[in-house]
This record gives sequence, structure tokens and C-alpha cells, in this order.
Amino acid sequence: MRKERELLRRVMEISGQNLYSCYQCGKCSAGCPSVDFMDFTPREIIRAILDDHEEVLHSQTPWICAACFTCTIRCPNEIDISRIMEALRQIRLRKMHDGIHPSKIPVDELLELPQIALISCFRKMTG
Amino acid sequence: MKEIAYFPGCTHLHTASHFERSALSVFEALGWRLVEKFNWICCGTVHGLSTDNLMQNVSAVRNLARAESAGARRIVTNCAMCYNTLKQANEMVKRDEDALKNLNEFMDDEPDYRGGVEVLHSLQLLREIGLDEIEKRVVKPLEGLRVAPYYGCLLLRPREVAIDNPERPKIMDEVLKAIGAEIVRDARLKYCCGSYHTVDRKEIVLSRIDEIISAVRRRGADLIAVACPLCEFNLDKRQKFLNKGGLPVLYFTQLIALAFGKEEDCLFEKHHVDPRPLLKERGLLR
Ligand code: SF4
Ligand code: SF4
Repeated sequence: MRKERELLRRVMEISGQNLYSCYQCGKCSAGCPSVDFMDFTPREIIRAILDDHEEVLHSQTPWICAACFTCTIRCPNEIDISRIMEALRQIRLRKMHDGIHPSKIPVDELLELPQIALISCFRKMTG
Repeated sequence: MKEIAYFPGCTHLHTASHFERSALSVFEALGWRLVEKFNWICCGTVHGLSTDNLMQNVSAVRNLARAESAGARRIVTNCAMCYNTLKQANEMVKRDEDALKNLNEFMDDEPDYRGGVEVLHSLQLLREIGLDEIEKRVVKPLEGLRVAPYYGCLLLRPREVAIDNPERPKIMDEVLKAIGAEIVRDARLKYCCGSYHTVDRKEIVLSRIDEIISAVRRRGADLIAVACPLCEFNLDKRQKFLNKGGLPVLYFTQLIALAFGKEEDCLFEKHHVDPRPLLKERGLLR
């Protein structure tokens, strides 16, 4: 059986962030440039983790987040939300759920893309 | 000639060769030689953000260790992504003794890193050299050219690595003003371009660049200046999919090289949106 708040404990451990200090002001979501593509806003991600909703593990949000650190510099409680997104990615990646399959990238794209695009994408989205 | 240790980064050998060529030319004109003093490797491109996985910081710290053992006290890079990754790793190991010890042990016969290297972005080196020095070397002021300086993420965030005020940056504005350009400002110039999602979710990048380009266009910008090879790729090369009439995107170093009369080091042909018709129309290019 699954332990209560196991997800919260894991996220706090991997991210090093104290999610309890979030007062749900929504500033992270307001400034997030990718929020329109997300199924959970950054604020909702935190709420869901605090509420022990395991479904956030299947949210697209951490895979849409590009670690731009806008939320990080704006949170009034100094919560580094980009580290929370990383923790959610890591929990999945450590169970072999990759966010991208490099073999599916078309060859003409591979020839054009800058190395930093490929390497950063693989580092964030594969385990 | 003054010298500083130089970290080119992988894209400078490939898709961003016009960034490197123009930057080296500009610094040489200013009396600085950027020298590859150590056997550098990929910086890792992104800083690891988890507390329990130091592996993601090995390549950055390996570079710092090699720089230090080659006697470099400071290293400079043009690439915003390399800058951010090296700088975040550097700050992390300076703060966290245990992490540094672990990394040094893991790197085995690599010389130990002691935290004695400072990481700079080339805009910081320009600021140090001074705006008046830059002004003095201008032979072709970019008068009447309206430039939107795009900072993106990695020069400004997170706060501990910011090269300027992360909410109101002006370092690139000032450099461009010193070569005679007019500055166009917009809040979106410090937004994310979509970054590596250009690989797996191009639609995010297209929506982002559409927003940024439309915004600066409304404000009358002639072109966008960038400081990162991934921003350049997304803002310039990805315009191919926008079908909206191109807005040129140049590295800030190409603009300085142009103002210094070094057109041959600009390699303007490397862009998807060709800036040459605009520059010719303004009398900045023959
Ligand atoms: S900005 Fe900080 S306090 Fe506000 S909702 Fe986001 S994480 Fe919580
Ligand atoms: S780091 Fe991620 S969640 Fe935060 S603002 Fe950027 S894209 Fe949004």
C-alpha cells in the first residue's frame, strides 16, 4: 500500500524545497510563459502535491516547463518552482519513463538543430 | 594585447560560428585576445536541479577544474547557455563543500577543483572594458537602426547568476547604444524562447517567437539582437514556420563588428532571415 504523502516527501527531498511555505498566490503561474500549454498551472502543481493527488505525476506540465526560472525569481516565499518541476521529471525518469525518444527525431531536423538544443533536451527528458 | 581564458562551447564550432567569429574580432579590436587555454568539453548545457544527482554537474565542474589547473582565474564565454551552466555549477560547489568533495573524488585523476575560477559572459567583459572604449572604435555608427535586445533566460536567471538586474536588464542596451543603435524595449525580451522544446514540441517555440517578434515589431524594431545560439536558432531559423515576413535576428557581436567596420567577420549569410537587404537600405552595408 502506498504511504500517505509519499509524493510530497519525495518532491521535497529531490527538490530541496519546502512546499508548505506556498500560500497559493499564483505569481508563479502568472509569469510562466508556457502556462497556456500546461494541464496543471505551476500553482496547481504545488496544490496537487500538497493534497496528495498522485495524478500530478502524469501531468504534462513538468515536460512543458523549460526551466526558464521566471517563477523561481518571483515567488514571494523563495520557493524554487523550477526545482519542483525537475523533481517531478526525475521521479518519472527514474522509473524509465522518458519524455522523448531521440530515434524519432527526423534526420533533417537533427542536421539543423544546434548541439545545445539536443543535449539539453535529452538531459531534461531522458533518464 | 590582454588575454583571457576562453570557453567557446560546442555550438561555436558548428551552428554559431558567426557568433564566435564576430566576437573574437570585436575583442581583438578592443585589445583583448580570447585564448583556449584548457582542454574544454561540453558544459552540460543545463544545470542539474535535483539535490541528489550530482552527475548532472560533472561536465561543468570538470571544465572548471581544467581551467583552474591551466592557471586561469577567469574564463569567458559568449554562449548564454554555457555561461549559465558553468556559473550555476561554480556557485553550487562554492556553497556546498560536500558536493565539491564528491565531484572531485568522482573525477578521479582530474586535478581537484578548488573553486578558484570566475565565470564571465562576454557582455560582462565588454562592460569591464568600458562603453567609452567601445565608442572610440566605432567607424560606422548604427544610426537610425532600431534594435530590440533579447536577453532571454540564462543571462538573467536564477538571480545568483544574473549578469544584470533580472527584471530591468540594460547591459546589452548600453553596449548597443554605444555603437549608435536605437533601443526598443519590451517585457517579452526577457521571456523564454521555448528553449530545447524546439526539439520535441516546436509549437511552444513557434507560439513564443510569434509573440516576441510581433511585440517588438509593433514597437518599430528593425531587428532583434541575441546572446545565445539557442535563442538565435529559435528566433531566426524557426521563423521559417511562421510565414509572417522575416524580422532579422543577429548576435550582438555581429552588430558591434559591423559598427567597427569588420563586415568580413559578420557572416551575415548564416541567417535564415537575411539581414543584408535591411542593412544595405540603411547604408550600413555595401
Ligand atoms: S509564487 Fe510561490 S507562493 Fe505563490 S503560488 Fe507560486 S509557489 Fe506558491
Ligand atoms: S521554470 Fe517552468 S514553471 Fe517556471 S516559469 Fe519557467 S516554464 Fe514556467
